[in-house]
Amino acid sequence: MLLLALDTATPAVTVALHDGTDVIASSTQVDARRHGELLLPAVDRVLAEAGLRLDAVTGIVVGIGPGPYTGLRVGLMTADTFGLALGVPVHGVCTLDGLAYAADIEKGPFVVATDARRKEVYWATYADSHTRLTDPAVDRPADIAERVAGLPAVGAGALLYPDTFPSAHEPEHVSAAALASLAAGKLAAGEELPAPRPLYLRRPDAQVPRNYKVVTPK
Amino acid sequence: MADEPLVLGIETSCDETGVGIVRGTTLLADAVASSVDEHARFGGVVPEVASRAHLEAMVPTIDRALKQAGVSARDLDGVAVTAGPGLAGALLVGVSAAKAYAYALGKPLYGVNHLASHICVDQLEHGPLPEPTMALLVSGGHSSLLLSSDITSDVRPLGSTIDDAAGEAFDKIARVLDLGFPGGPVIDRYAREGDPAAIAFPRGLTGPRDPLYDFSFSGLKTAVARWIEAKRAAGEEVPVRDVAASFQEAVVDVLTRKAVRACKDEGVDHLMIGGGVAANSRLRALAQERCEASGIRLRVPRPKLCTDNGAMVAALGAEMVARGRAASSWDLSADSSLPVTDPHVPGHGHDHVHEAGAGNLYS
Ligand SMILES: [Zn+2]
Repeated sequence: MLLLALDTATPAVTVALHDGTDVIASSTQVDARRHGELLLPAVDRVLAEAGLRLDAVTGIVVGIGPGPYTGLRVGLMTADTFGLALGVPVHGVCTLDGLAYAADIEKGPFVVATDARRKEVYWATYADSHTRLTDPAVDRPADIAERVAGLPAVGAGALLYPDTFPSAHEPEHVSAAALASLAAGKLAAGEELPAPRPLYLRRPDAQVPRNYKVVTPK
Repeated sequence: MADEPLVLGIETSCDETGVGIVRGTTLLADAVASSVDEHARFGGVVPEVASRAHLEAMVPTIDRALKQAGVSARDLDGVAVTAGPGLAGALLVGVSAAKAYAYALGKPLYGVNHLASHICVDQLEHGPLPEPTMALLVSGGHSSLLLSSDITSDVRPLGSTIDDAAGEAFDKIARVLDLGFPGGPVIDRYAREGDPAAIAFPRGLTGPRDPLYDFSFSGLKTAVARWIEAKRAAGEEVPVRDVAASFQEAVVDVLTRKAVRACKDEGVDHLMIGGGVAANSRLRALAQERCEASGIRLRVPRPKLCTDNGAMVAALGAEMVARGRAASSWDLSADSSLPVTDPHVPGHGHDHVHEAGAGNLYS
């Protein structure tokens, strides 16, 4: 097994190679505005570091979010197209699950929250690092304060809103290394991973215009 | 290979997911998935809706293009993609796909200019572009007069719209007339049964002191809307066919007049018309008439190649390969305001195919 994992659902552009036992190379750069530019060179670098070429990969693992859409799509489109060109399966993993896994918490419950911008967070609660309790959701921190009260929390969304998440701590962003390890474990156990479709959680902002603007002066 | 490169082109600058395949100047496949129906109720293209649709449609559209062309991805000589101008988020989906595809196949990547692609597509219809070529590009996003002596390296803007694009004016007037979105095809249809001389709408920027090659459609749009509103206020029926025909005539009169003038001034005997509005039947007819009268040879691709598509991107990509232009780097980014003077986005430093070969054992 050789998995190439990537995630662009948070400010981190992160790539890792996993041989079924261990992560053999990885790269993480944090730059929320340059996912498109950074991802392919990072893939190239990680492969070079491992001394491997892309067509040795047997599967792609990609973070499906939730996350800011423009960046999120960079990873998904890249993964989809790699899958097409190489003829290998593309597996989706919820980005919040990757963060939960990286948090390495044996006994929860705890919260994973990432920055959803517009003063909101993407979040879910976990029983432990492998077990999600709630569906990923997007909310204003104040609106979920009661539900997350007293729980430890990880992720940039938690670190950003200490009023709601007073005990927030690292990791801040997801890492493809964690994503890959999580996916490798699940695949080895014969588990199905979700399709690589984005978790947007919000509808596109668009308003149906009521009517055209009258131009005749009154 | 250099003469007749096999190139796949990806276009996602607006609401069409286009994947085309060409061999030199021969069209092999032109697969397009449009999200236009999803935008219709919003009366215009919604960027986020377009971006979501591109992500869904990309892989199936690439598959369809390869089947249509009957070629294997392994045999491609390059992958081209619209790097700009266009909607930033939409462009990024196409650029991400093209980069991943080119990298996985070990092929060079060419980030190219959407406007230059609209010109270059005519090679698939009428053979190699004459040098120089005068091009009139008219669509929902742009209205420009461009002079190119080499479509891979030299595109010079002579004039452009100072307000609305021509296609935008069609959309707005269609909305005033309650004809729906997009406005171009429906106005064209109504205009065929109307009298283009029924109402004398203004011709923008055609005064003696106005810039010779610039366009303006905002004043026309307002004049037409006022005329319609006055009819409605008087309780009279709006003669939709005559309004459509007279409005359309005002647009295409100015476009063709200025384009022919530019050809004469620059001593160019070929005029190419591209972009979505080039599908307009009256624009094609009047341009033909006026070019003939001035001894100019008109080149307009079939309507399907005028609207946004991947074949036009492949056509320009193939020209880049044929002329030995530098490929783009793996960090190619989408540039929503890529200047028309940049036909492509060459990589920095050394050739990236070589780089991939060194780093990943591709040869
Ligand atoms: Zn266009």
